[in-house]
Amino acid sequence: MRLSYPTSIKIIRVPCTGKVDILHILRAFEKGADGVYAVGCMEGDCHYTSGNFRARKRIEQAKALLDTVGVGGERVEMFNLASSEGPLFAKIATEFVQKISDLGPNPIKLNKKHAA
Amino acid sequence: MIVADKKPIEEIIEELGTHEKILILGCNECVTVCEAGGKKEVGILASALRMYFLNQKRDVKIDEETLQRQCDHEYLEEIRDRVDRYDAIVSLACGVGVQFAAEKYFSTPVYPGVNTCFMGATEERGLWTERCQGCGQCILARTGGICPVSRCAKRVLNGPCGGSTDGKCEINKEIICAWQLIIERLKALDRLDDYEALSPLKDWSTDRAGGPRKVVREDVQP
Repeated sequence: MRLSYPTSIKIIRVPCTGKVDILHILRAFEKGADGVYAVGCMEGDCHYTSGNFRARKRIEQAKALLDTVGVGGERVEMFNLASSEGPLFAKIATEFVQKISDLGPNPIKLNKKHAA
Repeated sequence: MIVADKKPIEEIIEELGTHEKILILGCNECVTVCEAGGKKEVGILASALRMYFLNQKRDVKIDEETLQRQCDHEYLEEIRDRVDRYDAIVSLACGVGVQFAAEKYFSTPVYPGVNTCFMGATEERGLWTERCQGCGQCILARTGGICPVSRCAKRVLNGPCGGSTDGKCEINKEIICAWQLIIERLKALDRLDDYEALSPLKDWSTDRAGGPRKVVREDVQP
């Protein structure tokens, strides 16, 4: 298909989105990520039964926590799609990058620069 | 085990005020099992606080450490050589750990990072329920292994009160009447005679009524 998606995305492969921990998400923001999203299998299609549901819960927790600390919960999202949906993957990537670009850089990153 | 619940991060931030060097101190025992104050929760709180303070343009150093226990001298001693580097400790241990740390490191403020709730069991992941109030005079032998002190709202000792309806407590229809459970269990054990026996007046002086308690065991003392 030769689809393209924004180069600013760094893909971190995990065996299942159930492996994604809230700490992974928080550390990404601490290290300066502007946004994080998890792409899991379709609900009901998890090979490990509930990995994608667990991931969604953790994403929700991360959203709440990031809102509290002032980074903004809208910088984290969870998407569900099948592995055959390449065009949708590219579309989600493009839309998410656009959303984060509109939000601007991670405020932590800006303040870290100030502190340095 | 001792069951604790997470404290809202806003409350912890408020407690911390203007401190600039903070140690987040977890505990590997009960609070790890109830997912409120173990190594992972220490990591999450530390990360959140770092982001919060950076966002406030404040240069606050937040370190993480998790001890095996905070209710024993030998484990708390492990941080003695570096405790002076911090001007505050947030302890994610139960209230016992927080107080023991505060007693040991007298000049360092120690703040609680969790709300300590009760002694209970893990019914399932994410659901903990109370089982013991530490009354100091265990009566489980004659109540079929079900405790009316911790599981009955009125702590009655001779059968259910008048508020027990369809096996549920009058304070909340979701709470099972402890005495219903006791009778069912005694029936299953074919020991309903135990139910007929009157409980003597309970000596509550070994409960909180007698003030702060202590256990002295000369046989194991050095």
